[in-house]
Order: sequence, then structure tokens, then C-alpha cells
Amino acid sequence: MNRKLTELIASKLMLIVTVFSVSLVFIIAFALFQRGSRVLMQVSLYDLLFSSAWYPTRGEFGFYPFIMGTLWVTALAMVIAIPICLLSSIYLAEYAPSKVRGIIKPLVDLLAGIPSVVYGLWGVLVLVPFIRNYLAPLVGAKTNGYCILAGGIVLAIMVFPIIISVSEEVFRTVSNELREVSFAVGATKWQTVKHVVMRKAFPGFIAAVILGFSRAFGETMAVLMVVGNVPQVPSSIFDQGYPLPALIANSYGEMMSIPLVDSALMLAALILILVVFLFSVAARIVLLRIERRAM
Amino acid sequence: MDRRKLEEAIFKGLMFCSIFLVVGSLLTIIGVVLIKGLPALSIQMLTQIPQGGYYLGKEGGILNAIVGSLYLAGGATALAFVISLPVALYIEEYAGRSKLADFARLSLDVLWSVPSIVFGAFGFAIMTFLGMRASLLGGIVTVALLILPIMVRAMDEVVRMISFELKESSYALGATKFETVVKVVVRQALPGILTAVLLAFGRGIGDAASVLFTAGYTDRIPSSLFDPVATLPLAILFQLGTPFPEVQNRAYASAVVLTVIILTLSIVSRLLTKKLTKYVVR
Repeated sequence: MNRKLTELIASKLMLIVTVFSVSLVFIIAFALFQRGSRVLMQVSLYDLLFSSAWYPTRGEFGFYPFIMGTLWVTALAMVIAIPICLLSSIYLAEYAPSKVRGIIKPLVDLLAGIPSVVYGLWGVLVLVPFIRNYLAPLVGAKTNGYCILAGGIVLAIMVFPIIISVSEEVFRTVSNELREVSFAVGATKWQTVKHVVMRKAFPGFIAAVILGFSRAFGETMAVLMVVGNVPQVPSSIFDQGYPLPALIANSYGEMMSIPLVDSALMLAALILILVVFLFSVAARIVLLRIERRAM
Repeated sequence: MDRRKLEEAIFKGLMFCSIFLVVGSLLTIIGVVLIKGLPALSIQMLTQIPQGGYYLGKEGGILNAIVGSLYLAGGATALAFVISLPVALYIEEYAGRSKLADFARLSLDVLWSVPSIVFGAFGFAIMTFLGMRASLLGGIVTVALLILPIMVRAMDEVVRMISFELKESSYALGATKFETVVKVVVRQALPGILTAVLLAFGRGIGDAASVLFTAGYTDRIPSSLFDPVATLPLAILFQLGTPFPEVQNRAYASAVVLTVIILTLSIVSRLLTKKLTKYVVR
């Protein structure tokens, strides 16, 4: 009887902890909404999203330059990362001998473990001077090196491991029969990859990209260190920008002193979590389908 | 015929370039940090807390941040472990292939994607609600939530791999589900669980955005859970932000410390997995 009781108590406790963990993402969103709703009573949602006026002391909270900053940096990062990750994961899944893969995969995993501050430091030490002294003069742009481009490159490197490891898995779920059929009709390896494997794995690759996107979208520290943090709507990749996560991180001091700022920043965090929520749910559902089909 | 071969060759070349870029960026990041940081690293950096005028280039070290980071990441990992293990076991062994298990995995994956600055903001919101100041405890709870999904999903993967026969034999001997889970499943999954813990610890010790609001910063080593605590990532950020080259050099040295910790964790977890999996029944 005692054992049965232990069983009952243990399983109920585990259920409670599980329910808590599973609902955590909703708890976070709700708490942020609670805190953020105060600013919504004073400023209209339209002004918050599409006004460029960020004057917290006057009660004007326009997120537009920050949203644009985030979109520019993230979009640039994806433009850089997508082709590199696609080719790398095709190489790892289709071409690389297993020995080479055994060396490269742990290195890619290692890349995922590097803290964002170290990425940012590398950006400050290498990327920023490189852009200031070589790249910008080359194309005739004027910048001190802290710009959207620096943020985009750092972010791209940060999402490499996510996109590569997920899409490599996806490529490997494509069944070998399909490849053999393609070889049998005389296709080269690359033709097989291009017409058969890629077609089959395309949704999964998109899902991997979306996962990378949602990681890049909210990345804070590394971007904050190299992007310049000037609240303006960027018009070129050599402009400075000020992404939303960086705004939250930098406004800590003001949070305590100026009324409504904390509420506005909580709302900014809510925007981040909503966007990430939509994108990652979509990506995960696609991946889950692929996993089911492969089994 | 030739065109097809040419296309193959071109794309193969591009693939090599891509892989080279990916691996190369990893190596330059680690290389640059080591080259810049190692000359600035000294025993004093590792064994002293900042003295007066440290941020102007005077005496001292970053012991406060090293110890603070270890406290914070250690506490967060312990807390996250206590929550994660039951969750992973429940999802896998109790919920099985039900809708709840699918939903739980999806929800945890979404939580994994949530930016760390959002965790920081959430932690800050909860702490102001409770009237708490930035403290070790606040940081531990926030980072624990941040690494929770990483840990659960990593444990979930290993628990799933345990053979059905093993569990069946345990049931055949009359063990209850909980006894089976604790005495068979956990023991079998131990190497994987350890890897998950190390992975989460590494993520916790490297994250800056979540502790910015919640853990504060101090030049002292915290003596209670309610003291603010310094962390290595923030030490790097703040030292880099000063206009003095000597202090910036210390930021590079701090980055070496952090990077070495992360690399060691990753290597140890790899070795451990290899060593411990020898005793796992397949």
C-alpha cells in the first residue's frame, strides 16, 4: 500500500511541475501584458508601433525606429546565413565523409555554446575596425564601424549552428531510396541533391531558417555591442541602428526613475515574445510533421 | 554532360567555402579572444576583487565576477535540475505519446526560443511585484527559467532512447512505475542527464541579458542570497565600456576566463558521455 501511495504522490507532483513548466511561456506573456498594458491606456497602439518619437520624459513612446532596427539587423543576418548554412548542411549531410563530419559537427556545436558577449567582443575587436577602415571606404560609405552590417554579421554567425544542425538532421531524414532512384536514372550527385533531396527537405529547411530567425530576432548583447545604438530608422547597412532588445537592455536605469518607461519596455518585451512565439510554433509544427513522416 | 559536371564542381567549391567560413569564424573568435586576452591575464586578475579605482585602471581583479558567475550558474542549474528531471520523466514515461506530451514539447521548444532579455524583463517584473531588489536569488530564479527548456529537452531526448525491454523487466519484477523510473530509467539515462546539466550550466554562465536587471552588479562577493552579484558577461561588458585601454584589456582577459570555462565544460561533457555510456545497457 505504501508503494502505491508513493506512486500516486510522485506522479501527481510530477504532473504539477510539468504543468508549471509547460505554461511558463504563457505566464511570462501574461505578466508582461499586465505590466505593459498601463502604457497602452495612455498611448495608442498605432503610435507605439509607428511613431518615431522616443521621448520617455515627455511620455512619448514610439517603437518604430527600434522595430526597424531589429528588422534590418535580423534580415541582414538571414541573408548572410541562409546560403552559407544551406551549403554547409548539404555538405555535412550528403558529401562529407563520416570522419570529416565527426570533426566538424562538434565544432559547430561549440559555436552554439559561445556566450553572446564573446561574439560581441569579437565584433568590436575585428568586425568594427574592418568595416571602418576597409569595407566602408571601399564602397564610399562613411561609418565609425558600429553599424547594421556589423550587427548582421555577428548575428549571422550566431545562428549558423542552429540552422546547420536542424537542417542537417532534416536532410538526413530524406530516405535513401529516393536518392538511389535518382542515381539510377543517371543524375549526378548534385542533380540528385538539387532536384530530389532539396525538394523533399525544403519545408524542413525553411523551419530551420525560421528557428534561426527567432533566435536572431531577440538576441541582445552581441548586437548591442556593435550596432551603434542610435535611435533612427536605418536607410543603409552602414547606418547605425538601435534594435528593440538593445533598447530594453540599455534602459534599465530609466526604468526605475521615469514613469511609464518600465511599462513601455515590458510591452517591447511582449512584442518580442509574441513574434518569437508565432515563428517558432510554425517552425516546430513543420519539423514535427517531418519527424512523424520519417518514423 | 560537361555542364553537369561543371555545376557539380562549382557547388562543391561553394560548399567548401561555406564550411570554411563557419569553422573559420569559430576559430577566429576563439583565437582573437585568446590573443587579445591572454597577455592581460594575471594571477591578480583571478584572485582579487576590484580595489578602489579599478575601473580607472588601478589594482584589482575579477574574482567577484568569477565567483558570482559560478554561484549564479550553479544555483540556477541546481534549481532547473530539480524542475527539469521530473518534467522530462513525466513527459516521456507518464504522458507517453499523448496530446499532453506533444503540447509540452512544443511549449518547451517555444520557451527555448524566447530571447533571454525577455526572461530578464519578466524576472524584473516579478521582482518589483514582490518588492525584491536585484540579487543573487533573483538572478538564480531567472536564469533557472532560461535554462529550463534546454535541460528538459536534452533530458527528454536521452530518456526516450531507453529500451522498452529494460522497463518491461522492471515491471515484470513487480516494480511500480515510479520505482522503474527512478531505479532503471534515471540510472540508464545518467550520462545523458549529466550532459544536459553541463549544457545548461554553460548556457547559464554565459548569458548576460537575463541577469542585467535581476542580479545587479557589485564589486564584492555576495554573502547571502539577497545580495547583488557580479557576473562574468557583465564584467566584460562594463570593462569594455570604459574609455581606458588598461581596463579594456581586462575585459579581454575576462572573456578568456569565460571562454575557457565554456570550452572546458563542453570538452568534459563529451568525455563524460563517452566514459559513462560504457556501462549503459543497450
